[in-house]
Amino acid sequence: MITLTHYLVLSAILFSIALVGILRRKNLLMLFFATEIALNAINIAFAAISKYYGDLTGQMFAFFVIAIAASEVAVGLGLLIIWYKRRGTIDLDSLQTMHG
Amino acid sequence: MFEVVAFYLFAALTIVMFVITVMSKNALYAMSSLAAGMIFISAFFFLLDADFLGVVQIIVYSGAVMALYAFAMMFMDTTKEVKENNPPKKIVFFLSGMIALLLVIILLTPVISDKVKALYPMSDEIGNTEAVGIVLFTKYLVPFEVAAIMLLVAMIAGIILASKRMDESITLKIDQEIEEKGAE
Repeated sequence: MITLTHYLVLSAILFSIALVGILRRKNLLMLFFATEIALNAINIAFAAISKYYGDLTGQMFAFFVIAIAASEVAVGLGLLIIWYKRRGTIDLDSLQTMHG
Repeated sequence: MFEVVAFYLFAALTIVMFVITVMSKNALYAMSSLAAGMIFISAFFFLLDADFLGVVQIIVYSGAVMALYAFAMMFMDTTKEVKENNPPKKIVFFLSGMIALLLVIILLTPVISDKVKALYPMSDEIGNTEAVGIVLFTKYLVPFEVAAIMLLVAMIAGIILASKRMDESITLKIDQEIEEKGAE
């Protein structure tokens, strides 16, 4: 029988994968991908808690997380394209302009 | 029985897809496996009786967000491998391992389930979509409208940011020429 703990542990595993991605990636596009994974992992946890406590609030929050993720992607990709036009690269190391 | 098989199958598929996304050196492979992982995640929502959430997941993530990424990747050369100056692996894996361990411990501790009272209990009489609609348009009406305005702002910001000097080709010209053109 699948319990709430199963879903929460799965959510934690997916979140850790996203964390590894955020920490080891240097390409901005790949960082965006890792962020999407993290948001999705949290959505699973919300939906699972919503089911096992018989409460719809979790699903509501998952909807708002999806809305936030969508707007984050729109603005983030706009900035990414500008940066790529300016510098011709989207490497994170090219973002540091204040090093001495 | 069906639930157990489905859970483990989709859990394995999702984890594999997201590991490919995180580890792949090719941006195109990473995006494709991310899209596949999003579809597999919607399976969990269907398993959890959140039908509407699952449909929204497929439409918004696999449809809209992936299309946005695909358009953004058209600006870059996606066939060549992503060159990265990776930080030392030991530190990264140690940090993420510790945080992951902490997360699992937090989630494994028994939740104070007796004291949780459902504010908006699910009922068997109406379907999930109707129930979501009722709660969303009564209790969460203000956050819903704020989210709508936020999406509008994000859309306008995205269009304005990306469309600047859209008539210039960024692959055929070097940076200097574009800068000169912009200074005129």
